[in-house]
Formats: sequence, C-alpha cells, structure tokens
Amino acid sequence: MPVHTDETLKQLGDAIQGALPGAVTGTSVSFGDLSIEAEASQIVSVLRRLREDPQFGFICFIDLCGVDYPAREKRFDVVYHLLSPRLNTRVRVKVQTDEVTPVPSTIEVFPASNWFEREAYDLYGILFSGHPDLRRILTDYGFEGHPLRKDFPTTGFVEVRWDEEQKRVVYEPVKLTQEFRSFDFLSPWEGADYVLPGDEKAKA
Amino acid sequence: MTETAIRNFSINFGPQHPAAHGVLRLVLELDGEVVERVDPHIGLLHRGTEKLIESKTYLQSVPYFDRLDYVAPMNQEHAFCLAVEKLLGITVPRRAQLIRVLYSEIGRLLSHLLNVTTQAMDVGALTPPLWGFEEREKLMIFYERASGSRMHAAYFRPGGVHADLPPELVDDIEAFCDPFLKVLDDLDALFIGNRIFKQRNVDIGVVTLDECWAWGFSGVMVRGSGAAWDLRKAQPYECYEEMEFDIPVGRNGDNYDRQVIRMEEMRQSVRIMKQCVAKLREPAGQGPIATLDGKIAPPKRGEMKRSMEALIHHFKLYTEGFRVPEGEIYAAVEAPKGEFGVYLVADGTNKPYRCKIRAPGFAHLQAMDHMNRGHMLADVSAILGSLDIVFGEVDR
Repeated sequence: MPVHTDETLKQLGDAIQGALPGAVTGTSVSFGDLSIEAEASQIVSVLRRLREDPQFGFICFIDLCGVDYPAREKRFDVVYHLLSPRLNTRVRVKVQTDEVTPVPSTIEVFPASNWFEREAYDLYGILFSGHPDLRRILTDYGFEGHPLRKDFPTTGFVEVRWDEEQKRVVYEPVKLTQEFRSFDFLSPWEGADYVLPGDEKAKA
Repeated sequence: MTETAIRNFSINFGPQHPAAHGVLRLVLELDGEVVERVDPHIGLLHRGTEKLIESKTYLQSVPYFDRLDYVAPMNQEHAFCLAVEKLLGITVPRRAQLIRVLYSEIGRLLSHLLNVTTQAMDVGALTPPLWGFEEREKLMIFYERASGSRMHAAYFRPGGVHADLPPELVDDIEAFCDPFLKVLDDLDALFIGNRIFKQRNVDIGVVTLDECWAWGFSGVMVRGSGAAWDLRKAQPYECYEEMEFDIPVGRNGDNYDRQVIRMEEMRQSVRIMKQCVAKLREPAGQGPIATLDGKIAPPKRGEMKRSMEALIHHFKLYTEGFRVPEGEIYAAVEAPKGEFGVYLVADGTNKPYRCKIRAPGFAHLQAMDHMNRGHMLADVSAILGSLDIVFGEVDR
C-alpha cells in the first residue's frame, strides 16, 4: 500500500531539484521509489539541505552503499537512502565516482554515515575525503582487495586454516577441489546474446 | 600528594565473551572504571552474503536471509520477498499475507524473548533466560511444523509462502497465545520490576530522539526515545493495515524503557497473532498461498502429474528461476530489531545485480562509542544488550 502516489513523489522530486539547482542533476520515480541523481562533489550540501529544510525533513539516515558498473567510465554508484518521518517517505540519492576520485564524507551531516562509508571503502574501494577513520570494517585484518567489485572472484584469493605444527592460523592460496561453477541459465529459446554451442557450424 | 603518572587502560572485550552477544571485539579505553572510548571491531562473522547472492537466482537467495538475524529468520526473508515482488509487480494472495503476518509476529516474539531475558542475564539474573527459552522452543516448533525447519526456514518465497498451514497448527498457535500472556506477566514480575534490574538499566544509555534519527536508529531504539514510529503502521505492508495493535512508546530513551517496550510489543504481537488466526479461519482467509502466476511460483505437486505446462514451469523455475525486470527498489520491514531493508538492483536476468542488506544492528552498533562515553565499564554490556545486536546481520 503506497503512502505516496507517483504524482506526489514527482512533485517532491521537482521541489528538491528546484531547491538545489546545479547539485541535483535528475530525478525519477520508479516502482514507487523517488530517486535523485546528484553531483558527487555537492553531496554534503545536498544531504544537508534535505535534512534541514523543513519542507523535506529527511532527518533519518537509512543506508549508504556502493554499486559497481565496471563498463562505465565512472564505475561506482554511491547510493544514499534517507527517510523523512514527517513526510513519511524515503528518498534515494545517487552519485557517481571512480576508483581514484573521493566522494566528500557526509559524517558532519549524519554521524551514522561513518561505518557505512567504511563499508563502501572496504567492499568497493570507494574513497571518502574528510573521513576521520577510513579503515576496513567487515573483511579480515590485513585483507587485500575489494571483494564486492564485479572483477573480484567469489572464491577469493586466500584461504585460512589452523596449522597444527606451527600452532597458528596460516593463509594459503585458495585451493578448490572442484572449480567454482557458474551456470548459464539464460534461455536459448528467448534469444541468448551469444553464439550457442554448435551454432557456429550452421553458417559453414 | 606527589604527582603520579595517570594513564588510560585499553582493554579488549571479546571476541569470545558471553556478554558480547556473538563475535564482537570491543577495544575499550578506560580512565579508571569510566569508559573514554569504544572501538567496536566487527566483521568476525562476515560471510560475504551480498557477494554470494549476486551469483544465485532470486529463489536461491532466500535462505541467505535466514542466516542474517538468525533469531527471527522469517522477518528477513520478508524484506527480500517484498523487494522482489515490488519489482515483479505481483500481489500476494490474502491467505499468504495472513500467514506472513502471523509468522512475522512469531519471529518478533522469538527475538524479543531472547533479547529481554538475556538483558536480565547481562545484568546478573540467571532465571529469566531459562523461562524465555522454554517459550522460544514452542515457537520454533511452530516454525518447524510450517516449514520443516526450526530456524533456517526459507518459508517466505517471492509470490507467497512455501506451503499451507494445516488447521491443527493454526489451532495450536491459538492455544499458545493466552498461556503465553501469562508467562509474560510472570516475566514482568520476575525481573522488569526488580530493583537490581532497574538500578542497572534506568538512566543508562540515554539517547535523545534527534540523535536517534541522525545515527540511523530504527525500531525499538526510536520508540524508546519517544517517537511513535513503526513501519507496520506508518508504511503498512501486507495486511498490517487491518490489524489492530498499539505502538508502545518510551519517554526516557534509556535501557529500561527499551526493555519495557519490548515486553509490551510481545503482548501486541500476541494480539496480532490472535487476529491472524481468526482471519485464517474465515472464508475470506482461504485460498491459494502463493501467486497463481506459474512463471513465478511453482505449481502444486498434483498438478505437475497431469499438466504439461505445470511440469515445464516447475523445471524452469528450479533451474533458470524467474526473471525480474530491470530496476532498483528499496523495501523495508519492521523487523524485531528495527528497520530491515533490502536495496535490490535487478538487471533483467535471473540473478540480482546487487543486493544491499540494510541491517538495523549495524547502525545501532556504530553508536556504541557515542552511547558509552562516560559510562562505567559494567554498563558496556548492559548498553550492548539493550541495542539488541545479532552478529549474523551486522557482519553479513
């Protein structure tokens, strides 16, 4: 049961874009969610306005996460979710960045973004400028790489075991008794976008 | 008196500590017995759930959600199912909605029973957890009778639920409700009014409402600080709209208020469960338990024996799975611990492109430093307990 219709969300999106010209580059409403695209360098002022402007009142920080699109020039999306208890609605703010360009940290607006930014750094390698303590958070001490990137294999690179002789945990390159299986379930009947095995002979 | 060198102590709390509620390592900096700084080290239970989900079909992803907050498994599945259903644009049949609400409330009882009674243990009482676990055992048997599994149920599926409830089970759930209210009264008498319990919890870990929002708190944490905010009322999903229940709200935002709210929420959950049971028996509560769209929910066994189309659907659903249209969605439920959300990015194939799990405990735990400063060392475990942390969901 949607609390807001697409129409009212659209108006809210337009109001936000009107309040932040230049910083907000686009709004859209899909599946009942209001989504805003913003300039990464302006994210602090966008979130501050959303939080402090009484007509919005997005005072509750819900989530921050990264999404990886390796084919894009700016490969990462940083997605913020905010909640306005007064309007009883949510907003999603998306900014784009790449591996080397830091996104300004939003800790000064929402202290809650601290760990979420650490998590995005840990899992994607997204950098946040002005973060006081940008350490890894979820992965192991001394872990290398950013595991949620699309080019990081699901099986990882190292595995650990307890070594009885050395009496300590040792790290070794990952050994698989069976190769990681990634099945291709896309239906050939509905037109797979690659050459099916055997099809190359049809032309000859 | 001569000048003496005063230095702060740093101590390691955990990762193996009974009051850490799992594998949490806290690095505490102390000035005497007063906490100066808390640095929680999490991730010791990190399993890469979000990465694994990216290589599984939507149906295969469901069981991972049981393993997040393993104290109330079905509530997590619920958020994922809602996200997938919103993208697919399907509605769940009424009977399935009632079953989902019923089992979500059972999950709430499971979680609150564990948290409230172990909070008593964290501050020194030993009996309450024993009483609470007895009731949890009964509830887990309800889980088992519905899904075949006591904890990792995989019972809520996109489109509905996996199997129908037999009428005897509905009867037994009803028979559980009233005696359970009596047990709650006993628990109340046992420790909520207890002097030591109050000494250890009243005015400890106070957070104001403004801080709650800014730190991303949700659920009992916000209600304890005075906001009547509950997603079941504010942004109702399934058939919560027609259920009658109250939202208990605290005034002081301290540990004690939070525990009293949890006790009251259990009574309200029982109220909802009774309404569900009554509605499940009405003629309007009969019918299918999953969407009849054969492209999403599997056919019945009997149908497969006769219908070629049903057989094909079954085969396709359990190999390729269903495809979800391209788009992104954030769906949240009021889990026992707060707002549990799933941000799902679908690329039009049979697997999620990205599935971010927004666990309430993650936001709550990061405020440990903020909440503990200036408190005594003994309060650390009391505050940690009142946050209701489960590491399955914090570490993912």
